Amino acid sequence: MHANAPAPAEDEIRAIVAPMTSLEGPLLPMLHELQRIYGFVPEAAVPVLADVLNLGRAEVHGVISFYHDFRDHPTGRHVLKICRAEACQSMGANALAESTLKKLGIGWHDTTSNGAVTVEPVYCLGMCACAPAAMIDGRVVGRVDQARMQRLLDEAGA
Amino acid sequence: MKDFIIPQFAPGDDRDMGTPARTGAPVSLTIDGIEITVPEGTSVMRAAAEVGVEVPKLCASDNMEAYGSCRLCVVEIEGRRGTPASCTTPVAPGMVVHTQSDKLRRMRRGVMELYISDHPLDCLTCSANGDCELQDMAGAVGLRDVRYEAPKGGALDNHFATRQGDQPNALYLPKDDSNPYFSYDPSKCIVCSRCVRACEEVQGTFALTIEGRGFDSRVSAGASLDSFLTSDCVSCGACVQACPTATLQEKSVIEMGTPKRSVITTCAYCGVGCSFKAELNGDQLVRMVPYKHGKANRGHSCVKGRFAYGYAQHKDRILKPMIRDQISDPWREVEWDEALQFTADRLRGIQQKYGRRSVGVITSSRCTNEETFLVQKLTRAVFMNNNTDTCARVCHSPTGYGLGKTYGTSAGTQDFDSVAETDVVMIIGANPTDGHPVFASRLKKRLRQGAKLIVVDPRRTDIVRSAHIEASHHLPLKPGTNVAVVTAMAHVIVTEGLFDEDFIRTRCDWDEFQFYVDFVKDPRHAPEAIEAMTGVPAADLRAAARLYATGGNGAIYYGLGVTEHSQGSTTVIGIANLAMLTGNIGRPGVGVNPLRGQNNVQGSCDMGSFPHELPGYRHVKLPEVRAIFENAWGVEIDPEPGLRIPNMLDAAVEGTFKGLYCQGEDILQSDPDTHHVASGLAAMECVIVHDLFLNETANYAHVFLPGSSFLEKNGTFTNAERRINMVRKVMAPKNGYEDWEVTQLLANALGANWTYTHPSQIMDEIAATTPSFAGVNYEMLEVAGSVQWPCNEDAPEGTPLMHVDGFVSGKGHFMVTEYVATDERTGPRFPLLLTTGRILTHYNVGAQTRRTDNVVWHPEDMLEIHPHDAEQRGVKEGDWVRLASRAGETTLRARLTDRVATGVVYTTFHHPATQANVVTTDFSDWATNCPEFKVTAVQVSPSNGPTDWQERYNEQAELSRRILPAAE
Repeated sequence: MHANAPAPAEDEIRAIVAPMTSLEGPLLPMLHELQRIYGFVPEAAVPVLADVLNLGRAEVHGVISFYHDFRDHPTGRHVLKICRAEACQSMGANALAESTLKKLGIGWHDTTSNGAVTVEPVYCLGMCACAPAAMIDGRVVGRVDQARMQRLLDEAGA
Repeated sequence: MKDFIIPQFAPGDDRDMGTPARTGAPVSLTIDGIEITVPEGTSVMRAAAEVGVEVPKLCASDNMEAYGSCRLCVVEIEGRRGTPASCTTPVAPGMVVHTQSDKLRRMRRGVMELYISDHPLDCLTCSANGDCELQDMAGAVGLRDVRYEAPKGGALDNHFATRQGDQPNALYLPKDDSNPYFSYDPSKCIVCSRCVRACEEVQGTFALTIEGRGFDSRVSAGASLDSFLTSDCVSCGACVQACPTATLQEKSVIEMGTPKRSVITTCAYCGVGCSFKAELNGDQLVRMVPYKHGKANRGHSCVKGRFAYGYAQHKDRILKPMIRDQISDPWREVEWDEALQFTADRLRGIQQKYGRRSVGVITSSRCTNEETFLVQKLTRAVFMNNNTDTCARVCHSPTGYGLGKTYGTSAGTQDFDSVAETDVVMIIGANPTDGHPVFASRLKKRLRQGAKLIVVDPRRTDIVRSAHIEASHHLPLKPGTNVAVVTAMAHVIVTEGLFDEDFIRTRCDWDEFQFYVDFVKDPRHAPEAIEAMTGVPAADLRAAARLYATGGNGAIYYGLGVTEHSQGSTTVIGIANLAMLTGNIGRPGVGVNPLRGQNNVQGSCDMGSFPHELPGYRHVKLPEVRAIFENAWGVEIDPEPGLRIPNMLDAAVEGTFKGLYCQGEDILQSDPDTHHVASGLAAMECVIVHDLFLNETANYAHVFLPGSSFLEKNGTFTNAERRINMVRKVMAPKNGYEDWEVTQLLANALGANWTYTHPSQIMDEIAATTPSFAGVNYEMLEVAGSVQWPCNEDAPEGTPLMHVDGFVSGKGHFMVTEYVATDERTGPRFPLLLTTGRILTHYNVGAQTRRTDNVVWHPEDMLEIHPHDAEQRGVKEGDWVRLASRAGETTLRARLTDRVATGVVYTTFHHPATQANVVTTDFSDWATNCPEFKVTAVQVSPSNGPTDWQERYNEQAELSRRILPAAE
């Protein structure tokens, strides 16, 4: 969802999550679905989810805020995650991350001014053998050096 | 030797045992060399507490399930590896536990060190200083040093400092002071989750959560943008009580300091009758804390009892007696002697002129049993007539009649503990989450354990669906059709053969049952036949009836939505029939339970407040009953029943009733058809109001006698489960006298010569004259804490469950419940039905709660209206609307909601500015005259301000409240 798009309406959110109420443990699948559609979990979803699942608003908020992957604001068109776990750090991930952020002129969790890329930290992608690792829009990339990173950014239009 | 080691806990010891009590087979184990036997399922922590060994703990508390997060309560168990948490480890036979060792000490100290590394060390200026479990535990584990140090030039991450070096601390959260009664200071929080668990397990509101994870975890009320005030929080105080630190703290404690002494007493709000510890410094009340051993509330409370006690010190409170010749005069403050002489002269004069029966009394459902007993004694033994009535007339008089006729006693059959064993709960015409919140919390706990719920109510109340609970069936009937619905349920049970024949044959009158069956199986009572009239889908009604009849222990709880109707008594009888039909009487988890509106409605009925009954529900016509009181009081008692409230008012308008002593009751605001009440009062020559405030009735009074609050007197209240609870004097009466003393002064001014020096003497008189109270006395109550009547030779320890082996009346009586619709009908001019109710933060006419910070939640009465009805009338959310009925009209603001069905509107009656009872009619219950508050045909239309009547009334009220400055 675009950063400047109007906030999703309650009815729209209800229509998305309503078919999933019969799932076992439906809250997480609903949150994933909302994030898939909007790129984040809109604030307006909290009372709707609470109502649909008969939970307290606080409980829904507790679950959303527990998982770093659920966002409360829109991202850029592409999301780049750079691994900061131990194995990647030992292979120069910190320097890679620093230079990437510097190049884009943004900080962690920020989006480039043209709305193309959001950079987020991630703690282990399970790619320790190919460190340093990154992930762009769900696709993992290993042995990321400056050049490969530049290619990823170019592809994303940053 | 054991006796020397195991401390003998005093009764009333309310230490925290760590985890909840269990019932189960006995298990023996050894803890620190002491042998102990506890029920199976008990935690090691609790077992240790039983022998007086305190295991350090932070996240455990005995009103919630163990959580195992703080890791301070670790112990060593011989033969087991590691150091398990004692709160989550259940006892096992032969277990040998050590709660202290070098290893455990080191571990606990390490854990504590981590806690303290993220906690400010400002103990001396902290509001919890001296009442802080974190402080206590730091001492208990011997913490002497915190080794975590900031790196050179940097700072250690923490949540409590406002600044980190020269930068603002991004992790710091400011205090949340949005709730008027307590504050949330995140900087003191150790994230033990006790508040979150209390909100979920004890209160059942689910308003709190832990947001974030790991080091970022914080307690959060509601979602990310909420404060405590905007969240779902109902301000019950359970979290504040659970908090081990100063994070959630009463503002009164922050203001006044830690209380140093306490008095156990009983809340004076609703009929649940919660026990509280009034905590004080000197005679300054610092806070009210729910008392753990209170058998009605089991350590829980609601916003009213816990926090809304400030009215007792409110500046509006009148502390000096006042008199005036006419109600158009200003009030004149006088001394007690003058006021009493003035009153006595007037009353005697009226009696001489208009006859013995021209004066009467109204007893209060908010005063103590002893005070009520004296007021009715005043009319019977001093005025020499039976003109006594009580505000119970306008709420639960049909309960008295209906249950009396069917079961033989006019009281609920169960104690509140019974709800924990019920399988199907049916709530009719009651809104427990607002009206009886502490009972609602206990009910919700049971519902979360899997009990089923049926709600019969025109409005979708919170109990129908809220976090983690949902009614199986909500029958949204049209107001006024209770009898039809209840009879249809009986029809389903009878025609489908779901009744309990064994029970009926052994416990009930079989012939009456036959007669009843013939009546009820008539097809005109079928759910399908009444669907159009009641608006309840027949299939739902059938399913609900089947569930109640076959779902296990079935309990019915009902409120004023049943009684305040033209057919109130019929519905009560119908409910009693349902319970007998299904055998749901006489054991835990079942029964018929009226939820009483006021703290002492039960007691005021028991004490003979009704004009036809002497104390103990015995008819005044019976010579043997009169003889008991005639002997005790040395007077002759009038064998003629006296006047009910509506009759008193009618007689006043006719000119035959001229004097009224009204204690702790605002009949002008709480009784229906305000215009009629006003003209009745205006026609009297001596109206004596005995109250805390110049209430609405006092606008028509000639004498005002200042009353004392529940904090200022000794006595007893009887709650909805017949439990007689002690009310203890916390501070001296500000007005100089307890209310029973005032009544005695008035009686003596009339020449009665009463000589009570303590309410215990009045209770002794009650016990001597009233069989169901025969075994009650203050010494016994001091030891037992409370007792449920009947308490006499047969049941020296009281009676938690009634009708166990047989009904009080011998056999249970089935009675036919013919539905006779009310004369109040909707028509073209008044197409909507108005029903009234209560809201959580206010109580009755609001005289008390409006004078506290509870107005933050509910500053005015609102009219709930369905969006469809609103649209038809061009009414928008928040608009002023005119609410008119055949009796009168008022204005208030509208709230659009689908909680009410189309055709139904709803409001509360807490604010005198609205005077919702201006519109209610004077129709009343056929048997008991209980007014029909719950059904009024009305019309709603847009309006731009208060009605002429409201403005005139306000002018008159202002005029009649003038007080002359005291003579210099």
